Amino acid sequence: MAKVMPKVDVVLVGFGWTGAIFAQQLCDAGLGVLALERAGARTTPDNWATTFDQDELRYMWRHHLFQNVKYSTLTFRNNVNQTALPMRKLGSFLPGTGVGGAGIHWNGQIWRWLESDFKLRSHNEARYGKQATEGLTIQDMPVDYHEIEPFYDMFDKICGTSGQAGANPFEAPRSAPYPTGPLPMTYGPKLFEQAAKGMGLHPFPHPAGNLSEAYTNPLGMQMGKCTFCGFCEKFGCGNYSKASPQTALIPYILTKPNFELRTEAEVLKVERTPDGKHATGVTYVDGSGMEYFQPAEIVVLTAYQLHNVHLMLVSGIGQPYDPATGEGHVGKNYCYQTMSSVDLFFEDKLLNPFIGAGALASVIDDYNGDNFDHSGLGFIGGAYIAGMITGARPIEMTRVPDGVPKWGLEWKRAAAKYFLRNMSISVHGSSYAQAGNYLSLDPTYKDQFGRPMLRMTFDFPGNDLKMAQYCTDRAAAIAKNMGASKVHPKARKGPYDLTQYQTTHNVGGTMMGASPSGSVVNKYGQSWDVANLFVTGAGLYPQNPGYNPTGTLAALAYYATDAIKSRYLKEAGAPLVAA
Amino acid sequence: MAGNPSRAIDRRGLLALGAALGTAGAAVAGRDGMLAGPSRTFTNALPWDDGLTDAPEVTGGGGWRYLTEGEVGFLTAAADRLIPPDATGPGASEAGVVTFLDRQLAGDYGNGAHFYLEGPWQKGTDTQGYQSRFTPAQFYRHAIAAIETAVGQGENGKGFKDLPAERQDALIKQMESGDLKLDGPITSKAFFTMFLQNVREGYFSDPIYGGNKGAAAWAMIGFPGAHYDYSEWVTAYNQPVPVKPVGLRGRRDWQRS
Repeated sequence: MAKVMPKVDVVLVGFGWTGAIFAQQLCDAGLGVLALERAGARTTPDNWATTFDQDELRYMWRHHLFQNVKYSTLTFRNNVNQTALPMRKLGSFLPGTGVGGAGIHWNGQIWRWLESDFKLRSHNEARYGKQATEGLTIQDMPVDYHEIEPFYDMFDKICGTSGQAGANPFEAPRSAPYPTGPLPMTYGPKLFEQAAKGMGLHPFPHPAGNLSEAYTNPLGMQMGKCTFCGFCEKFGCGNYSKASPQTALIPYILTKPNFELRTEAEVLKVERTPDGKHATGVTYVDGSGMEYFQPAEIVVLTAYQLHNVHLMLVSGIGQPYDPATGEGHVGKNYCYQTMSSVDLFFEDKLLNPFIGAGALASVIDDYNGDNFDHSGLGFIGGAYIAGMITGARPIEMTRVPDGVPKWGLEWKRAAAKYFLRNMSISVHGSSYAQAGNYLSLDPTYKDQFGRPMLRMTFDFPGNDLKMAQYCTDRAAAIAKNMGASKVHPKARKGPYDLTQYQTTHNVGGTMMGASPSGSVVNKYGQSWDVANLFVTGAGLYPQNPGYNPTGTLAALAYYATDAIKSRYLKEAGAPLVAA
Repeated sequence: MAGNPSRAIDRRGLLALGAALGTAGAAVAGRDGMLAGPSRTFTNALPWDDGLTDAPEVTGGGGWRYLTEGEVGFLTAAADRLIPPDATGPGASEAGVVTFLDRQLAGDYGNGAHFYLEGPWQKGTDTQGYQSRFTPAQFYRHAIAAIETAVGQGENGKGFKDLPAERQDALIKQMESGDLKLDGPITSKAFFTMFLQNVREGYFSDPIYGGNKGAAAWAMIGFPGAHYDYSEWVTAYNQPVPVKPVGLRGRRDWQRS
């Protein structure tokens, strides 16, 4: 029998970026907020101090801050004809765990979508005809850029985003400049910038949550200037220079008497009234196996996308998607990111790639989204192309030219020769939905609590592989103008491989839409089926544009809290959008 | 899973253990798993544990903690073919890679602390990745035995380490391609993949883990290690950065006598 806890106004399931955003917004509005986090408390001085943060083995390869698959994993297959098997070791993506979640070890790449990304299906069909979207289950968002622009801006101000307004001619209109100036370019990104400019393209400094100068955000949180130590991507920042829940929000939230954080509390299920229409709270367990029922007026799923989808499925909320019939929406439109790259090796240029930051790059948006004419290309979508150097952690990034063996003296000599003289251009491509890619419950494998594991069925759509080839060719053309002796384009190929690190950009499965007939939640993340249940995160996306997801999912979280404060609380339990 | 009792108990336990840096790291190691203990509630205070800095444990001491002498012989010979010694820089064993492997296999990594190893097990596609029921420590033990058996059959009972370098290279190439057939559930290709990764980890990780002795592998490639601030060299294009490699424990010429 679960122990019944005192009722709260709002219970948050997970305490990373969106949990912290909801906590700050709703506590400031006077609500009593409880955040339940499955793993432990984590702070900068305790867990990634500058004195021991720069440890590639422990954080990257031993997954010290990542989700531990021993206790939480999923099953995977490329298509419905295969048997899904457990992800026994992390590889392709690296979800976080504990207070701060993946917001601790993210790069700090802060993007806004293009205006056309919000209207993906209708925009492409209007420009290229219905056949352009054939075979894809992409959808329009129920919200447009201009509705959420103030919330993109709010997130920029919380993070202190470093960047240069107006430098990207394709960027949608901004209401304010970036709070801090752009990061200076290291040599590799500078070579990219010069080559791209020389080709008539439009390079600009990557918008960065790694701060170019000291900054105090509107909540009074102070952040320091980045020191370019190169341990950002996949690591915490000991220097308070990377925007994270820990640096930008949590110290403020924990001064609020109406906030409570409970760690080692893993939510198993959203509980509902017998008619299923109202959430009564959540059931969670702690590490001693003790089970609790936490009643709440509002339940918000603020865990990672994969866990939010899993919780919806194991709680039986909404209709699970069935690819055989096309019925149901929970788990539908699971998408990823189509990552390609071009490796460059120089003979006479010392790049010193160990000098870096998570978002230190010169980048072009000329081939992203619908910024270029797709007529006759046979695909839609695109990629940003970034001359990016986040650092050079030697286990991961001792690259050698193609044709050099992976071991032996020849490998060793090439590694020694090129470590300071190589870089990789990132081709960060869109991922569009198709009917066979989805998330569901596994029929065989159970998690440590006896619930069916989440099952991922995914492979790259032909559309996205064509996009990857095209955009990688464009990146290779830039690379050839950078003075490298060797240029090796690596366009992404299928099948999707769970073992190769690509990116932690898992999206979809709880997509938002204009009506319950085509989505799981409305534009505020409010469940169509359970009006006091809200869902946050990249699961809300019906597909993934060619951008890192955090900027948009943060803006959508602010947009939701704004509607909860201004409208929902006046008529609690009512839908914010008529079904 | 390690317990994570109340803060007061944590402090008492820590005092009893001597409050050494490595000990403090071990005290919170349970956080590597999720749900490390009873729930803790924080309100009006940062979730900060005084004196419980989660610093890494430093590998030390002599002898072998997991590997047998025979396994040490195999791994030394094989690792030195993956990264042979020459004037460019140290070979794998010279850099301490075998010590690194031993300590890793004896610890959390070897025990599969971050692997999901529950059944049912079945052979998957390459894209589904590791599908063995073995922890990395078990995996090495089974794989090395199977490789030595296969080698012995073709080489009149000789062990891998007693073969000439060219023959060792040929065998490693067969492992890389999977052509070396092994008895039992582990393929030579799967072993090669794990072994090459672990050798590179030992060669290039911080010296606190037993490999990369004297940060010599970092010096070879020009990686300055755990350096805190490169601000002054960000725009010093095409110029060498004049800093010697430094690990998390500093370096010898920084220490006072």
